[in-house]
Amino acid sequence: MADLHFELVTPERLVRADDVFMVVVPGTEGDFGVLAGHAPFMSTLRNGDLAIYRSGMNDTPERIPVEGGFAEVNDRGLTILAERADLPA
Amino acid sequence: MASLKALKGRIASVKSTQKITKAMKMVAAAKLRRAQQAAEAGRPYAQRMEQVMASLASKVTISPQSPKLLAGTGAEQTHLLVVCTSDRGLAGAFNSNIVRAARRVADDLVRQGRTVHFYLVGRKGRAVIARLYPRQIVAEHDTSGMKFAGFSDAQAIANDIVQRFHNGQFDVAHLFYAHFQSALVQEPVAQQIIPVPMPEAGPAAAPAGASAAIEYEPDEEEILAQLLPRNVAVQIFRALLENAASEQGSRMTAMDNATRNAGDMINRLSIAYNRQRQAAITTELVEIISGAEAL
Repeated sequence: MADLHFELVTPERLVRADDVFMVVVPGTEGDFGVLAGHAPFMSTLRNGDLAIYRSGMNDTPERIPVEGGFAEVNDRGLTILAERADLPA
Repeated sequence: MASLKALKGRIASVKSTQKITKAMKMVAAAKLRRAQQAAEAGRPYAQRMEQVMASLASKVTISPQSPKLLAGTGAEQTHLLVVCTSDRGLAGAFNSNIVRAARRVADDLVRQGRTVHFYLVGRKGRAVIARLYPRQIVAEHDTSGMKFAGFSDAQAIANDIVQRFHNGQFDVAHLFYAHFQSALVQEPVAQQIIPVPMPEAGPAAAPAGASAAIEYEPDEEEILAQLLPRNVAVQIFRALLENAASEQGSRMTAMDNATRNAGDMINRLSIAYNRQRQAAITTELVEIISGAEAL
């Protein structure tokens, strides 16, 4: 299965641009997972953790806390526009 | 003609001025690189934001219930001019260019019988605007405390402005800043931020087939309501970043010119100094020789 193209952008910089297996996004109305080929979708975010599954379901997900913003899924992949994203140093 | 000692003093003073301008140029160059990186790093977000705004706006029909930030108040009487300048001078025509652009718009609006208010960001625009429109400055945002523009600063300004908008203090807001093109060229820009200027929402704006199927959660209106104030913040943040880069670029060129001018001046002064020194030696020699001959 093709990988999902995933971008995490904050006003200050492009935090992450990567091809991954799945990303679970904390939406305002509930978490949702995005895999490659997801239908076009858009949602606002609540404060919470993004969980990035790099290569498969059984991975330990990488977690990135994000605050505010929104997520957009289109045919090019998933774009997350967050107000803040704290990368663990 | 100045005396030898006076010339020597002038040369020394121009030399020390040159040292300062050279140092300022180097500092500006170093800061420019960082500011430029910051401005470039901020671009993807602003671009995405624009795309999303455009695709959303083409979906929502403007009705009396739609958010005021999008539809406007229905009046165009009071205009707020948000003028972003730097906190420090010695940056060539940087600040006066921005202020001049703002002034032109303000004069036009006043001629049309509109009310104009100013919202100042940064210290350097104040003097001129306070002289021309002493009573129209509604607020100032002090940026002297911050080293690099952060998004939270932009957000604070945006919140304040949006708050004033909802209180009915103005109908239209314009943003003035210098667009950074290169270290040599910075162009003052005027941009309308409230109400949000809509891209031509025609059938051409969005490929209808692809975007029609997008699902929204929560629905379009709610997302839009969240997005609009954030968009103001993003625009202001962009202005701050562009301004920071422009300021350093402008200062760098100004200080480069000053250093070069100082160099020219030192050359000219040294030539004058040497000529005079030789003239003095010649007279002395003539004196000695004619004295020897008289014996």
